[in-house]
Amino acid sequence: MFSSFGTSGGMGKLKRSLQGILRKSEFYLTIIFMIMVVLLSCVKSSFGTLENAFNILRSSTFIGICSIGVLVVLICAGTDISFTATATVAQYAMALMIIGRPGVPIVLVILLPVLIGMALGCFNALLLNWLKVPAIIICIAMLNAYYGAIQVASNGEWLYGFPEWFVRFPNILLIRFTNASGVEYGLSTLIVVWFAVALITSVILKFTKTGRNIYALGGNAIAATREGINVNRTRIFAFGYLGAIAGIGAIAQAMITQTSAPNALVGQEFDAVAAVVLGGASIIGGGGTVYGTILGVIFIAALKNGLTVLGVPSYWHQVFIGFALVISICVTATREKLAKQNAGGVTIED
Amino acid sequence: MEHKAVELRNVSKVYPGVRALDKVDFEVGRGEVHCLVGQNGCGKSTMIKIISGVEQPEPESEIYIDGALMKHLNAEISMAKGVQVIYQDLSLFPNLTVMENIAYRATMGQKSPFIHWSLGAKIAKEALDMVGVDIDLHSTVGALSIAQQQLVEIAKALTGELSLLILDEPTASLTRKEVNALFMVIKELKEKGISTLFVSHKLNEVFEIAERVTVMRDGKKIGVYQPAELNRDKLVYLMTGSKEMYALPAPIADDAEIIVEARKLSKARNYKDISFTLRKGEILGITGLLGSGRTELALTLFGMNPQDSGDLYIEGEKVILNSNQKALKAGIGYVPEDRLTCGLVLNQSIRDNMTISTMRDYLSTLRLIDEKKRDEALENKVKELDIKIVSADAAVKTLSGGNAQKVVLSKWLLVHPKVLILDEPTIGIDVIAKNSIHTLIKSLAEEQGMSIIMISDEVAEVENNCHRIIVMSNGKVVCEFTPGEISEDELLARYNLA
Repeated sequence: MFSSFGTSGGMGKLKRSLQGILRKSEFYLTIIFMIMVVLLSCVKSSFGTLENAFNILRSSTFIGICSIGVLVVLICAGTDISFTATATVAQYAMALMIIGRPGVPIVLVILLPVLIGMALGCFNALLLNWLKVPAIIICIAMLNAYYGAIQVASNGEWLYGFPEWFVRFPNILLIRFTNASGVEYGLSTLIVVWFAVALITSVILKFTKTGRNIYALGGNAIAATREGINVNRTRIFAFGYLGAIAGIGAIAQAMITQTSAPNALVGQEFDAVAAVVLGGASIIGGGGTVYGTILGVIFIAALKNGLTVLGVPSYWHQVFIGFALVISICVTATREKLAKQNAGGVTIED
Repeated sequence: MEHKAVELRNVSKVYPGVRALDKVDFEVGRGEVHCLVGQNGCGKSTMIKIISGVEQPEPESEIYIDGALMKHLNAEISMAKGVQVIYQDLSLFPNLTVMENIAYRATMGQKSPFIHWSLGAKIAKEALDMVGVDIDLHSTVGALSIAQQQLVEIAKALTGELSLLILDEPTASLTRKEVNALFMVIKELKEKGISTLFVSHKLNEVFEIAERVTVMRDGKKIGVYQPAELNRDKLVYLMTGSKEMYALPAPIADDAEIIVEARKLSKARNYKDISFTLRKGEILGITGLLGSGRTELALTLFGMNPQDSGDLYIEGEKVILNSNQKALKAGIGYVPEDRLTCGLVLNQSIRDNMTISTMRDYLSTLRLIDEKKRDEALENKVKELDIKIVSADAAVKTLSGGNAQKVVLSKWLLVHPKVLILDEPTIGIDVIAKNSIHTLIKSLAEEQGMSIIMISDEVAEVENNCHRIIVMSNGKVVCEFTPGEISEDELLARYNLA
């Protein structure tokens, strides 16, 4: 959150912005990310190419989109790891609707999974508000419930055969390049969708009242109640938002794989949470930025890609990512500890 | 005729098993600074909750705000009517900036879903200026000191509709300078016709700022008085029904062995050049305002805050205390200021809490815990300190403040320390238990030869229970005297003491 809203001239504003940036953990993550990219590119030149970059981005769209929703819920001190199951349900329903029925209007195709996702997310929030049980328990329960339900309903059947526009859309390149072998690559529409979601979320979080309430709720729930913030409504918004975003992510993922499988998405929950936390969000709520989350997603994806290119066995990928997470959390925790120590204290007058 | 800011008639509040308020009549005039005093549990907090609409009183109660009878009162209506409460635990968002916190209500009240931060910044700056404090609007509230946070909270209250400002123990963490600033603000509010209801247990502040004082005890209003008709003793008597007892400790021999010697202890941002001696059987009082470095010094003596420079000698031998284990081994014990979080494990039993530091004394031959030995130790201490318990298995959180503190003391006495540091030993404890603890402390020094350091911000407490007193201010020792050498008024004037 760059709060450079000072009224003292341009230079003061600039200086304060710079100071503010230096204090954010996202800044350090950016530096480390750039170092990592440079190092990996030096070792394997095929890593540092634009084509590789676009590939990494495109293959991270599902987790990238969902992570933004996870961030919103995490900021208000909630957790919802059932979003992969929500996405599966939304995706499967959409697939059932349009496979074999090319005439279905595009608007409906987009709207259905988003609304289903939103509904399931809101339901989680309602349960949380009503039962007042820790959020993690509710999400684990709902994760299993939704996942189990879709397994039963689908009979494990994978769906194929999407309409022509559905096949074409993700391959539209808004910025094109051609590589040495004559294959085209570039900025895919899905990447644009991801960043659009990121931008809208960022605006909501920074500039709207609801966004402020989400941060406030995560910072001090008791104070939030005293200030008249409707805690239940704010939570329903956050969880519903995550659900809706999971729906969007589900569409994107279906477009990439051109199939809807009941068991493809569940299991990736912690990739999203890891990315959000790596990006500097506080695990107990109250802090985090969209930029940090995107950076976290790209960091993990790039790291995995780099390790693959280097020939490191995929079992080790988890180790490296876990390592990166631990370091990130240590750094954040140490900085918070130092900040607390430097505050207050006794002023010794001589 | 001008309406009263708030008036309560025949207000009662019953919680299961206890009558928190019993047919109380209460009023605060327009533009009046009114103080509400009483012991813990007298009903002060309940009354505030009812005025602010957080709790609902019994049906026969009547609440009038600005002359109008409030048939239904909740937090929103109360706030809309201009009643703002600043709670002791503060209602700030530590992850947002000062400006965002202060301007929160103002920006939330706008119609558009988007926030106008420029307006927010203006409002926040005006409010901070009114409080007269210089805090960077863009700093995160979580990084501020408690004192600064409190002032931010007050600035926040000033941004809304304000006719009655209720402050619940606001000065607990403020230095003298900040308390003065706060009183100036209250006086300015008074000029504007805003009333202040000030709840405090710091009696000297009550005398300083109040126009009228309402005393409560056990849920009943005892009376309303002018400060001029009260003095400290009378006020304590009204609040508690008992008198504080004073008896100076027995004198010690001039050549009594020096147990603790501190030479030029210094620690950046904590304290500087602290030197003192403590003899066997002596009670040394340390007083000074909050923020003077007293607790930091105490924690250094207990090994939890090692000094940057300077030496510490216990019984003539130099010691390096860099952990509380080392301090314990050196024979030092520490009764913390915050007994609830640092002195006791609230959900555990009285027996467990009392014997926790001396477990290895209760082992049987097989190295298992011998419950009989534990019970013996427990019973001895319960008798010695006159602790009122129903069952040793009950959780310690069921005990009253005074009895809980006695459990903490027992825990440390079982360790048989040579030096016992007491940090605010009678804070939040009723007068009878207070007297009991003071008598105990004095007998420990006299009969067992224990050397005691008593830290308190009540000058009366150290003057009546210590052999010598040192005054700390801004991290340094500014004065050392024996009780009676300097009058309380002179201390107040010289060092701005409570």
